[in-house]
Amino acid sequence: MLLRNPGGMIGTAILTIAIAVALFGPLLFPTSPWRMVQRPFLPPFTMANLPLGTDALGRDVMAGIIYGARVSLLVGLISTLASLAVGIPLGAAAGYFGGKIDDALMRFTEFFQTVPSFALAIVLVAIMQPSIVSIVSAIAIVSWPPVARLVRGEVLSLRTREYVQAAIVTGQTNWWIIWREILPNALSPVIVLASLMVATAILLESSLSFLGLGDPNLMSWGYMVGAGRTVIRQAWWITVFPGIAILVSVLALNLIGEGLNDALNPRLAKGGR
Amino acid sequence: MISFIAQRIAKAIVVLLALVVLNFFLIRMAPGDPALVMAGEAGAGDQVFLAQLREKFGLDQPLPVQLFLYVKGILSLDLGFSFRQQMPVATLILQRLPATLLLTGTAFAISLAFGILFGALAARFAGTWADTAITVLALIFYATPLFWVALMAILLFSVAMDWLPSFGYETVGANYTGLAHVLDVAAHLVLPATTIGLFFMATYARMTRASMLEVNRLDFVKTARAKGLSDTVIQRRHVLRNALLPVVTLAGLQAGTLVGGAVLTETVFAWPGIGRLMYEALLQRDYNLLLGVFVVCSAMVLAFNLITDLVYRSVDPRIEFAS
Repeated sequence: MLLRNPGGMIGTAILTIAIAVALFGPLLFPTSPWRMVQRPFLPPFTMANLPLGTDALGRDVMAGIIYGARVSLLVGLISTLASLAVGIPLGAAAGYFGGKIDDALMRFTEFFQTVPSFALAIVLVAIMQPSIVSIVSAIAIVSWPPVARLVRGEVLSLRTREYVQAAIVTGQTNWWIIWREILPNALSPVIVLASLMVATAILLESSLSFLGLGDPNLMSWGYMVGAGRTVIRQAWWITVFPGIAILVSVLALNLIGEGLNDALNPRLAKGGR
Repeated sequence: MISFIAQRIAKAIVVLLALVVLNFFLIRMAPGDPALVMAGEAGAGDQVFLAQLREKFGLDQPLPVQLFLYVKGILSLDLGFSFRQQMPVATLILQRLPATLLLTGTAFAISLAFGILFGALAARFAGTWADTAITVLALIFYATPLFWVALMAILLFSVAMDWLPSFGYETVGANYTGLAHVLDVAAHLVLPATTIGLFFMATYARMTRASMLEVNRLDFVKTARAKGLSDTVIQRRHVLRNALLPVVTLAGLQAGTLVGGAVLTETVFAWPGIGRLMYEALLQRDYNLLLGVFVVCSAMVLAFNLITDLVYRSVDPRIEFAS
């Protein structure tokens, strides 16, 4: 179904390649991306085994991009899963129970939507100290509100359906009804949102790493751009290639999100988001 | 109407207080003793100084009392002291605020104007090559990290072409006055403002396009067509006007993301605004300053959202004020 949409098809193809690179790339490039392999500032396309040249410390730019794919994709995926883990229960509770619970939960959600998200992410990572855990937590903390709002809206409309009423009459517990009867039917818009959230999470992670808030033990695309920034006049390739890697992966995920949207929510397909 | 405004302002104040409380706990989560954090490296070794600090900031008091003192301080615009920069945080922020407002204001205006223009063009020529070109470009800019756009802009327009300055707010040491000064600042503004602008332009173009296509399906457009109005008049006078409302509102509510854009862009272009200040605070691990900037940005976003909300409701008569 996704493959019927040209954008979705291109996106899927690119993402498949990116995942393959993240999984198998390190087998082809077994040397650590932190190791000096050649003289510094080796321009790209001059040596066959170092196609993208070396950075200011003589590290292989290609290897950096390959190892960085792991970090970007993993952070994007895990932080999105974490946001879903927060947003889905909160949204479901707000929509299902309504009344005061709904009010309280939605005020809480609105608060997190008002606060400038990137600034909050910076503050959180700086305070928790940069590490993969703090980055994932910070991204999850700033990204869950749209999930909660979306799930709330879906649950709100689904809970009045007859099959849900029937489940209530048969005396099943509230959480069981939410889990077994309501959530499976609210899933398709959540999947669309999740694919777009992975893209946003990758952008957030790269921005944090760019500012020096990346995990100091992991090579990431944002870090590479940040490190190449000061020598951009002498060595353009150090910043250009990792940036293209970010752009292409984020674009692929956005295309997949739109393709999924067209496939799963045909009602909305014509007007866009 | 009045009660609605009062209600909205009351809500904003509650959010602001929640924000201050969040900030209070964040600063206490920061690594190390809060007194040490506040002192930075300046007087960290001196026990007497630390004791004085603890007393001054009420750190020897129980937590609820500390919270009360903190909120009281913020309400009188006392955001604490940056020992790294030897200046009150509020003063530092006030010094840097005009540059950020100039940058984000310009970027916001550019992106809204061109975003709506391109979105409207794409909707007007939906399905043609022009629509495809605008849609693809918007998708690309929407997916490009801001800091990278900034660096590529420098590479292209400063390094390769040498057209525009790549850093700072004005030419250092030039001491221009009058019009020359304005032009100098404007030249420095072009790249950073366009960098932020491109991302948001992409967002607004996508929203305008979607919104216009949606309005196009409504009945009053059919009526206008049945009256024999030309397509251009229908699109401009009827469709665009109605389609703009949600776009402008969403743009206003997105003000928070502008802050993030300012941090990244000001960092790359060494633009002396509060985004750059936040980066400096980050480098020096000056938590007092970092959280001060955070709380000020958040308060500004809150105010901007409130204004958008009020303007929106007064512009669109279809919305009931009672709700």
